[in-house]
Amino acid sequence: MVLKIADHPFLFTGCWELREMVGRSARDEQQLLEAIEEIPFDSLFYHTHSFFLRHKYIAGPYPNDFATWAAIQVRDRVLGEKLGILDPYDFENLEALRAEIVNIIDEHLSQLQIIPRAIYGEPFDFMQSRIIEVPTGLEARNLTEFRKILATVDVSVVYYHNFEAILRLGRRKGDFALWIEEQLDLPDLAQKISRLDFYMTSLESIRHRIIKLCDEVLMRETLR
Amino acid sequence: MSHIDDYREVVPKGTIDFLKRLAEQVKGRKILHINSTKLGGGVAEMLRSHIPLLKDLGVDAQWQAISGTEEFFNVTKSFHNALQGQDQHLPQQMLQEYLEINKENARQLSFDAYYIVIHDPQPAALIESRPTQGKWIWRCHIDISRPQWKVWSFLKQFVVNYDAAVFSLPRFAQRLPIPQFLIFPAIDPLSDKNRDLSPQEQAQILSRLNVPTDKPILLQVSRFDRFKDPLGVIQTYRLVKKHHDLQLILAGGEATDDPEGKTVLSEVREAARDDPDIHILLLPPDANLEINALQRAATIVLQKSLREGFGLTVAEAMWKGKPVIGGSAGGITVQLVYGVTGFTVNSVEGAAFRIHHLLDNPEVMTKIGGDGKEYVRQNFLITRKLGDWLALMSYLGRRI
Repeated sequence: MVLKIADHPFLFTGCWELREMVGRSARDEQQLLEAIEEIPFDSLFYHTHSFFLRHKYIAGPYPNDFATWAAIQVRDRVLGEKLGILDPYDFENLEALRAEIVNIIDEHLSQLQIIPRAIYGEPFDFMQSRIIEVPTGLEARNLTEFRKILATVDVSVVYYHNFEAILRLGRRKGDFALWIEEQLDLPDLAQKISRLDFYMTSLESIRHRIIKLCDEVLMRETLR
Repeated sequence: MSHIDDYREVVPKGTIDFLKRLAEQVKGRKILHINSTKLGGGVAEMLRSHIPLLKDLGVDAQWQAISGTEEFFNVTKSFHNALQGQDQHLPQQMLQEYLEINKENARQLSFDAYYIVIHDPQPAALIESRPTQGKWIWRCHIDISRPQWKVWSFLKQFVVNYDAAVFSLPRFAQRLPIPQFLIFPAIDPLSDKNRDLSPQEQAQILSRLNVPTDKPILLQVSRFDRFKDPLGVIQTYRLVKKHHDLQLILAGGEATDDPEGKTVLSEVREAARDDPDIHILLLPPDANLEINALQRAATIVLQKSLREGFGLTVAEAMWKGKPVIGGSAGGITVQLVYGVTGFTVNSVEGAAFRIHHLLDNPEVMTKIGGDGKEYVRQNFLITRKLGDWLALMSYLGRRI
């Protein structure tokens, strides 16, 4: 197999997250539940997805803000664990994700005599994301160029073409996998990239894994 | 003076080129920052590095300061205290002086910019003279989570006319009919307080400060203020001292605007008496290199605050790769991700336990210190703050 040149180049786009305050906070888990039922999708997205933009290098204790708050600030590790395992990729849309989170908290509270509260910890402040797209001006026409640019570009590119593309822009496979499959005719590599567990790690770690997968293909070509 | 490209060596890869692309979304529209003084204070210090870096990115940015009478600045000092929760009496005559000086400044200043950023309460009433074009942003640097209501109501009548407000922590936000954004403060990695020091430079500074380096150093850098809990730090040290031969350094300035400052300092001196391993260092406000050297010499850094604004000394110490233990207060909880980039604690015993734990497990100190540094690199460097501002301008510029 000879590595193909793409008809349409891959245009790398990054993003910057502007944090807007919703003006609502929760001091206990009941207030958290009630607020989650009412907050805008942009806020739900901020606390469950764009979390990764704020933890580019290091994965936090749990991969969403609700779980981390319950475990660290309220010291309710049980709820932290129940929310921490949620994978937003399992849900068709944000409304379905919202329903599941509400269901988990509601069920948890129904088993308790008192409502856990952040007595010593900080309240939960609801925020929302305003994502500013930033085209980098960089483009790749083959896998070598793609790998080279991906290794040096701002890591928000990984977020934009995977998290933002899949969950808010509706491109379910993610832009990297889609382009590699359609433009480079590398369905195996595309499938491996789309199968990566984006949710349980950091953006920097995802970048390294994708580069490693590209290197494996490039190495095979060199040895051929 | 550092230039934007000088930061390439210390910021995450791709950041500077990315900021240049982001800046293109703002180019062609002038930015004007207005605050109360060009000399002294944290805002002036921040703008002194912020404006040249914006210019390096190709953005036309200017900075002007308002002028005022002594009475005006007395009024705004009272504003400042009242907004931070202190009881203040502000008669009508004082409020009138505030309005008059703002009107006078509006006549003298040129609002020839698309984005006007007004810092803090002193020039907030300039909004009354805004031209029809452009976006006005109110940047509040102070903690107004528990303001004296009467003063906040007076100020609020101006704030609601802005296009957006920016705060340093979510809990500082208020009920306002305008969008409110969060921009965390940041440290400058190339400033004297944070730049790399050679071993010789560091040794010279420590020798000048009479700080021995023969024992592990527990350090807290903060002014002598009850909210920073210096007495709690001494109690913590004493609990740890039973098992580890270490020294404690409490370094910082006197809280000159706090009538209790002198009392706290004398209580701290009294508590430290007879212990040659406790060093109390009173530093002048410009002791940036000294703080840098102390943080680099420290084994563990404490910021055991009971109440805190943002607490950037935490990020400063993390940037030097030091494990930090902080009070669970204000912005400290944003910087210290529990067990990942540091530890937050709620008591003297909790702090002592964590120090024990770290001293007995040097590999944990190395891991936490390394991860803390990377966390600061991603989240609390001046380049991230520049990006936040550019993104805000880009966002507001589109909402015409």
